Amino acid sequence: MTDPVLAVRGLCKRFGALAASRDISFDLRQGEIHALIGPNGAGKSTLIAQLAGGLKPDAGQVILNGDDVTALDTAARARRGLARTFQVSDLAGEDTVLQNAVLGALGATGRRPRLFGNALGPGALRGRAHAALERTGLGDVAAQRVADLSHGQRRLLEIAVALTLSPRVFVMDEPMAGLDGAGALRLRAMLAGLKAEAPILLVEHDMDAVFALADRISVLVEGRIIATGTVDEVRVDVDVRRAYLGDAP
Amino acid sequence: MRRETLFNTALCLGLVAFPLWAQATDQPFLITLATRAVILALAGVGLNIALGLGGLVSLGHAAFFGIGGYAMGILASHAQNYDPLIEWPLSIEGTTSMPVIWLIALAASALAALAIGALSLRTSGVYFIMITLAFGQMFYYFAISWPAYGGEDGLSIYVRNGFPGLNTLDPLTFYGLSLAMLALGLVVAWQLARSPFGLALNAARQSAMRARTVGLSPYGLRLTAFVISGTLTGLAGALFADLNRFVSPTMFSWQTSGEIVVFVILGGVARLFGPVAGAVLFVTLEHVLGGVSDYWHIYLGALLLGVVLFARGGLIGSICGPAVRHD
Amino acid sequence: MSAVLLAEQILNGLQFGVMLFLMSAGLTLVFGVMGLINLAHGSLYMIGAFAAAAVAGATGSFLLALVAALAAAAAAGALVEMLVIRRLYDRDHLDQVLATFALILIFSEGTRWVFGSFPLFLDIPPWLSGPVTLPGGIQYPTYRLVLIGVGLAVAGALGLLITRTRLGIRIRAGESDREMIAALGVDIRRLYTIVFALGAALAGLAGALVGAIQSVQVGMGEPVLILAFVVIVIGGIGSIRGALVGALLVGLTDTLGGLFLPRLFALVMEPSAAASVGSALASMAIYILMAGVLIWRPTGLYGARA
Repeated sequence: MTDPVLAVRGLCKRFGALAASRDISFDLRQGEIHALIGPNGAGKSTLIAQLAGGLKPDAGQVILNGDDVTALDTAARARRGLARTFQVSDLAGEDTVLQNAVLGALGATGRRPRLFGNALGPGALRGRAHAALERTGLGDVAAQRVADLSHGQRRLLEIAVALTLSPRVFVMDEPMAGLDGAGALRLRAMLAGLKAEAPILLVEHDMDAVFALADRISVLVEGRIIATGTVDEVRVDVDVRRAYLGDAP
Repeated sequence: MRRETLFNTALCLGLVAFPLWAQATDQPFLITLATRAVILALAGVGLNIALGLGGLVSLGHAAFFGIGGYAMGILASHAQNYDPLIEWPLSIEGTTSMPVIWLIALAASALAALAIGALSLRTSGVYFIMITLAFGQMFYYFAISWPAYGGEDGLSIYVRNGFPGLNTLDPLTFYGLSLAMLALGLVVAWQLARSPFGLALNAARQSAMRARTVGLSPYGLRLTAFVISGTLTGLAGALFADLNRFVSPTMFSWQTSGEIVVFVILGGVARLFGPVAGAVLFVTLEHVLGGVSDYWHIYLGALLLGVVLFARGGLIGSICGPAVRHD
Repeated sequence: MSAVLLAEQILNGLQFGVMLFLMSAGLTLVFGVMGLINLAHGSLYMIGAFAAAAVAGATGSFLLALVAALAAAAAAGALVEMLVIRRLYDRDHLDQVLATFALILIFSEGTRWVFGSFPLFLDIPPWLSGPVTLPGGIQYPTYRLVLIGVGLAVAGALGLLITRTRLGIRIRAGESDREMIAALGVDIRRLYTIVFALGAALAGLAGALVGAIQSVQVGMGEPVLILAFVVIVIGGIGSIRGALVGALLVGLTDTLGGLFLPRLFALVMEPSAAASVGSALASMAIYILMAGVLIWRPTGLYGARA
């Protein structure tokens, strides 16, 4: 087995009396889609925030490409190849689609942005941004402002910005949320192709998508991972059935 | 976009034509007034880099304006009194050369902006506003209680400083120099806005999280913007002091900071020519209303309140419609 | 330096501190509950001072003057809240700064128009003038001692109001979740007006009390406002306790800095240079204190939110 691209070891986080993460450990391996599922309030968002660097864990480690990145902030983790998409789109709403994609391309250079030149002029930045937009089918709306996009287009743009980073790992927070049936199917096909480039940690409520896409699933309940395994293993797991259905079969 | 371009072109033509007309009709006072507007516009253009592009509501830009002013005052007064600035370890004389004064004003205000920015940008929002205001006030009190350069009374210089090859005592020539500096400031602001840096800064203004997620540090972007912003305002301060041949702690006061923000807002925030339109409007109001009533600040206050509550795009916004960003 | 001088300066620092607290308490409450930054708070301080000076001039009664200061500042606060401030709650900080800056212009010039540019004087009443002798033989002005007492009493009363009364519970609820308390049927608009008027009354009281030891003039409020901002940055936004601790820290730093720094420099410099360097640095002492707090705790000593 290859080394995991992203690994979490013994992560703990409390908010006062609430234990949001309890001794969480799992890993994400090259080439896989690892889905993280669990009921509302299970601690998925808290976990993602700790992975991406927005929230410091009380204990435990986050390991990216073999390096302990627990002490690094969000920007530093992004520069090391962690691309995250948001549950609620967090794009620069006043800017155009192209500007948002160029922003990603800018981050991908790993250098301080230059104070001169035209950000949107022909060149490497624009080329990289356009490539990502074409792959997500947003090439035609590149000049539109984000505020004028449909919900589905914004979800795609989130992924396009992540693509511009050429990341080592994707962390996607409910990319399917709010998409209509056709949109969800298209996105599903895209993710299935994407995992060859970089593994995906997929937090998702759309169970059809999860069962169709995931190579492995981890189930998070009350801040604890109660099961990790393939789709078939998780389906029959006693703890999972108890957590979701209230009783053992 | 067309209307805004038209408006900006008209504004630029006016800035060139008005003083020529004043010269032709022998009204040097109006040239001085126009110079004042142009210099204040440069201060506003500087602030707008932080405020419009970076979303940093600085109420402390008087600090940089005043530092620019005192750089001029201190250097020129030493030169005029034949009193070296420093004697040890090496003797440094003052100077009455504008280019040298400008460079030192730029360096001093950049340094101050770096220090104030590095501290203030550890916070955001309302903290940032209060802290920049407080640091501005710190310079104000320092200038008052430091007796070497006039303390509360300020510092006068006898003759306006010189520029190689130009007669700066001629109002129109000094106006031309000031206008050239404003043009330079506008080019810097325009270039920054379209650069990769401007794109990143503008994105960080809308969502700091988004910038971090692609690996960019909002702190570094904002600090850079703050320093460039303070530096341009410092240059305006040096010119302003030379216009009046006088510097005083008033340049550091919170009212000055507030007024620089007002230029930006009256004209239209985040528009290249917003501060220019705002400063021209401000100086016009000051002149016209100030002639009508000693209490013209009441009308200014009412106008500002009206703009904030009802006309949020400022002057350019009211005339040209909502902002359209580049591309 | 004698112990008596030191004790006097500490008392002066306390007196300055509690007056700053009266200013800061209103600001921090208004920010905590309504999320509003109010630059015009200094104008309310000025209104209190002018109302007190006018009423004391007409009636000769200091107590009536204080009542007038409280009433005038509270009324001005309530009026401004209903006419202008209310429209700013859901605006960004820039709009709030600009609109309240505009209010300063209107209030300041309006006051100058009514009262003229010359300072007014508010006299300390005879029954509070003169010194008292404190333990240790320290002679200290009675009035300043009363200011310390009044300030601390108001701080205590405010603490009780916030923690013990119905209004206080609503104020705290408004800080954490305004939608929820609106849903519970609390008239949130009225609550906001009351909180704003309360903060205004405290500022007006401070203006009147300080007006008796300084001159009453247009523009007196803004330097105090900016010091109150320093207090809030140090104490943490929204925290009454932070405002009290911050105010006392700022008051003591300012007075003691003015006392010690010139003497400190006199050890290594000639006296006249030491006096000017020392006093120039003393004028910066509180801002250096603020910078230190920013490095150590960017959200202030008692602040939770960024």
